[in-house]
Amino acid sequence: MSVMTVQSLTLKIDGKDVSCQAGQTILEVAREHDIEIPTLCWLDGLTLWGGCRLCVVEVAGSPKLFAACGTACAEGMEVTTNSERLQKYRKTIVEMLFSERNHVCAVCVSNGHCELQSMAQKLGVNHVHLPYRYPKLTVDSSNDRFRLDHNRCILCTRCVRVCGEIEGAHTKDVKGRGINSQIINDLDQPWGESETCTGCAKCVHVCPTGALTERGTAVAEMNKKRQFLPYLTLMRENDK
Amino acid sequence: MSTATKPTVATVWLDGCSGCHMSFLDMDERILILANAVDVVYSPVVDPKEFPASVDITIIEGAVSSVEDAHKAELIRARSKFVISLGDCAVTGNVPAMRNPYSPKELFERAYVENATEPADANARRMKLPVVGVPALRPHATPVHEVIKVDLFVPGCPPPADAIWFVLTELLAGRVPDPSALTRFGK
Repeated sequence: MSVMTVQSLTLKIDGKDVSCQAGQTILEVAREHDIEIPTLCWLDGLTLWGGCRLCVVEVAGSPKLFAACGTACAEGMEVTTNSERLQKYRKTIVEMLFSERNHVCAVCVSNGHCELQSMAQKLGVNHVHLPYRYPKLTVDSSNDRFRLDHNRCILCTRCVRVCGEIEGAHTKDVKGRGINSQIINDLDQPWGESETCTGCAKCVHVCPTGALTERGTAVAEMNKKRQFLPYLTLMRENDK
Repeated sequence: MSTATKPTVATVWLDGCSGCHMSFLDMDERILILANAVDVVYSPVVDPKEFPASVDITIIEGAVSSVEDAHKAELIRARSKFVISLGDCAVTGNVPAMRNPYSPKELFERAYVENATEPADANARRMKLPVVGVPALRPHATPVHEVIKVDLFVPGCPPPADAIWFVLTELLAGRVPDPSALTRFGK
């Protein structure tokens, strides 16, 4: 039996001394110590994406901001997770998400269960300074059980990752670039015509907003169930 | 008794469903306390037809959708010391802004020609487009703060009566309230 030796590191997060193992991210260690860093694209059990940038933190000695989800801790690091500057950036990120597409909370099936909506409330975003874009986007209702509403998508790619990594179907992907990116099924076909979709609904339940929903739900009725993900991840760890 | 010393409040209804006004009225017996504390000088629920020359607090419900809405908003701003955007339509554009991916021309075509059945001839239906006596639509229905400076935002669809009560009583007490614990987008 081999003895694993793991290098341990000490660092400061918000002035608090913490220790962790080499390779752990700032986000992981902060959460272990009940230091809250807001995230949207990150989801425990899926691979890192680092797209939303809500988890940006300051590291002493660098003028750059670091995404806590994708930055490994280092010995002696001094991390600040909350400052006026970070709050300003985080609020602007949420405002940009709202202005980029047509999120109309009042008439959304996910109203009251939406991570974007609750993030806005938590960060004190009570209006959007930026002009809204009002893009003309479609709703894919071709699937008998689920619906994809591009108007409400924030491109977090949780659906893409859960479909590829957990379900193993890789039905979902992203087309286009930048602000014109969109979630697609297979080779950009109607979801109902997908040959790879297993109908498992994992994408629906990891989606933070009302972009992926069950059909037949009315306003505020779409309550996502996430419990399966930590369970499946744990089973997979046990298999190793 | 003179009401001259009471703070004056106006409420205005732009492109919204009046639900925010309903929510305002839904604060039960507290409305009596407010009625004693302020003078409602202009509102859909009181009689004056002209917006007064000077108002302490003006509450705006609804998005700015028409040319008339924009004129009203500018007049209100010029004559109000403190302007509140009340509810998601005023704050975000909300449901009225759902038309924004389409042009007003496309909207009218959809509503009055494609989705109408009378008269049978499509061109005759097109002749019935409402153009006289109604204000022209702006290209987009926008949040109020895209047109005028807004001093306080109270999101919600509608904002709960508790949030409206909290905001008004705090303002009357001389504090600038943060109603984020009581309401949010879509509440």
